[in-house]
Amino acid sequence: MAKNFGKWLISGPPVLYLVVFFVIPTCIMVLASFRYAGEYGGLAPVLLHDASGAHLNLTLESYQEFFSDFIYSWLFIKTLIYALVTTFFCLLMAYPLALLIARSASKYRDLLVLLVILPFWSNFLIRIYAWMILLGPQSAFSAALNGFLGIFGVGPVRLLFTPFAVVLCLIYVQLPFMVLPLYANLEKHDPALLDAAQDLGANGWQRFWRVTFPLSLPGIYAGIALVFVPVLGIFAVPDILGGTRGIMIGNLIKQEFLEARDWPFGSALSIMLTIGAMIIVGGAALVAGRRGKGNV
Amino acid sequence: MALLEIRNIVRRFGDFTAVDGVSMTIEAGEFFTLLGPSGCGKTTLLRMIAGFDSPQSGEMLLDGKDLASIAPEKRPIHTVFQSYALFPHMTVAENIAFPLRMRKAGKDEINERVRQSLEDVRLADRGGRYPGELSGGQRQRVALARALVNRPRLLLLDEPLAALDMKLREQMQLELINLQKEVGITFIYVTHDQTEALALSHRIAVMNGGKVEQLDEPSRIYDSPKNRFVADFIGTCNLIDAEVSVAGEEKMVLRIRGLGEVAARNPGASCGVEGILALRPEKVRIGAQLAPGPDENHFKGRVHDFLYMGDVTVYIVEVGDGVHIEALLPNSAAGRPRILAVGDPVEISWRYDAGTFLDG
Repeated sequence: MAKNFGKWLISGPPVLYLVVFFVIPTCIMVLASFRYAGEYGGLAPVLLHDASGAHLNLTLESYQEFFSDFIYSWLFIKTLIYALVTTFFCLLMAYPLALLIARSASKYRDLLVLLVILPFWSNFLIRIYAWMILLGPQSAFSAALNGFLGIFGVGPVRLLFTPFAVVLCLIYVQLPFMVLPLYANLEKHDPALLDAAQDLGANGWQRFWRVTFPLSLPGIYAGIALVFVPVLGIFAVPDILGGTRGIMIGNLIKQEFLEARDWPFGSALSIMLTIGAMIIVGGAALVAGRRGKGNV
Repeated sequence: MALLEIRNIVRRFGDFTAVDGVSMTIEAGEFFTLLGPSGCGKTTLLRMIAGFDSPQSGEMLLDGKDLASIAPEKRPIHTVFQSYALFPHMTVAENIAFPLRMRKAGKDEINERVRQSLEDVRLADRGGRYPGELSGGQRQRVALARALVNRPRLLLLDEPLAALDMKLREQMQLELINLQKEVGITFIYVTHDQTEALALSHRIAVMNGGKVEQLDEPSRIYDSPKNRFVADFIGTCNLIDAEVSVAGEEKMVLRIRGLGEVAARNPGASCGVEGILALRPEKVRIGAQLAPGPDENHFKGRVHDFLYMGDVTVYIVEVGDGVHIEALLPNSAAGRPRILAVGDPVEISWRYDAGTFLDG
């Protein structure tokens, strides 16, 4: 009895916190997606009273709207592509970086990790606006790029307000989330394993693909989860850098709530996004789990 | 021609000289041991032979070919690591197949060799397990099988038994000797455990401070240590300061302060030289009363202290004026052996050629 009391005393507050600020809001949103929009925004009442008494005022209209126009599905697919491309390039850049940090002398490692997370110390929005300036037509970066492309008779290209700008900034924003789990994994590898592999005849390439890479798979999975899922719902980056062509599903959800004032449809989009992310990540985890079975 | 010839190898790390001009020749089929305390350079030397490290000067020739020009992964040398370094994401069979895959052996050959290897190390039913599911002894055998499956010219073993408990270690020592005999591959074995070195090796190089102190067969290392370090490091040994007072052709007389004159075998020292008398405790006879034989040194003393070890009792006997000599008495008598008590008068004796005079 006393033991249980102590257990609840410690785990109670966080559980309560999650119930109040996560479980209940999620339920409210699920319910909202089945309700009608209010006349002036907001939500229509759940119960309607008329002569025959009170009855539920719920509808599947929001979901029907989603499937009635392909433009919404296309926005989902586009968001998915952005997230995949972002995750792919994050992995491509983060892996060598994490490996470099993990293999450098231990006295420099903490400093290098600090440098990776240093951008977190300045405001997220300010960093995105910095990209706006960097990619703007007047910037030195744009001028240099267009000057280079001009040699081959291409361009000038516009960088700002394009999908390219959005993905470029997403990679920048998400890169540390890929580096950190990879580093945490790679740093724990026993260097004797690489010695053993070399001793048994493996060249550098084989040592990487046969030993380092398979052992780092849990770190890769963690990094993908940390990069891919947040990108699906992000709206600030496409809002600022994407223009009309670079819009993502997060922008539409924001629009439905704040501009169109169609809360049920916004909620339905949110629910669809959550379910979609769960299916993708759950499916990937299942495949990864089956592959990695028996690994220590 | 020697299998491996090591000439004047020097390896420095900053100010510290880990290996200081080591030369040795290792013959094909030999079980060769590098023995020494930690930091003596034995592991550094092993890593240079494997190719994980390179010497600043000197050369190593394998079958007459300079090893410096051969990349570590191309050397016909495999290593058994102290931590075993088994690949945790591969099954036992995949671990053993690794070196075969690296040299692109055919599928049938791989299957056959892996099956044979698993049988050789008595793990035929463990091929599908992961290293994390095996006991320490089993992991050790997988590491051996993996290093041997490619039939290397030379197998390096870096303290391979250090992580095992004593009973298992003794069993694995026997297995190692048999395995080496069976496969006929040259072993270079690194250890700091002198009993292991004596039990396993054809020849031992005793190393200290980056140098080879003595290189010889186990019995010669034990019976005729070349200097104070070897005498002290290998087994236990009475080391008594002495000065040569008479140097004969084969025999010599040593003067020991507080004890008097002692006869010893003359390794070639001349009169007046100072040094030490090295005398193994098990070569000293001890008893309440002893009839001294010919050619024996004989002293009367008292039991200063003793250690009961079960199979033997070690007595520290005080003779003369404060000279302590350790003597070993096997508890071989039937029934409960009578143990001499502290303070009991005893006599000790040893043949003159049991002691070795070491100058310096």
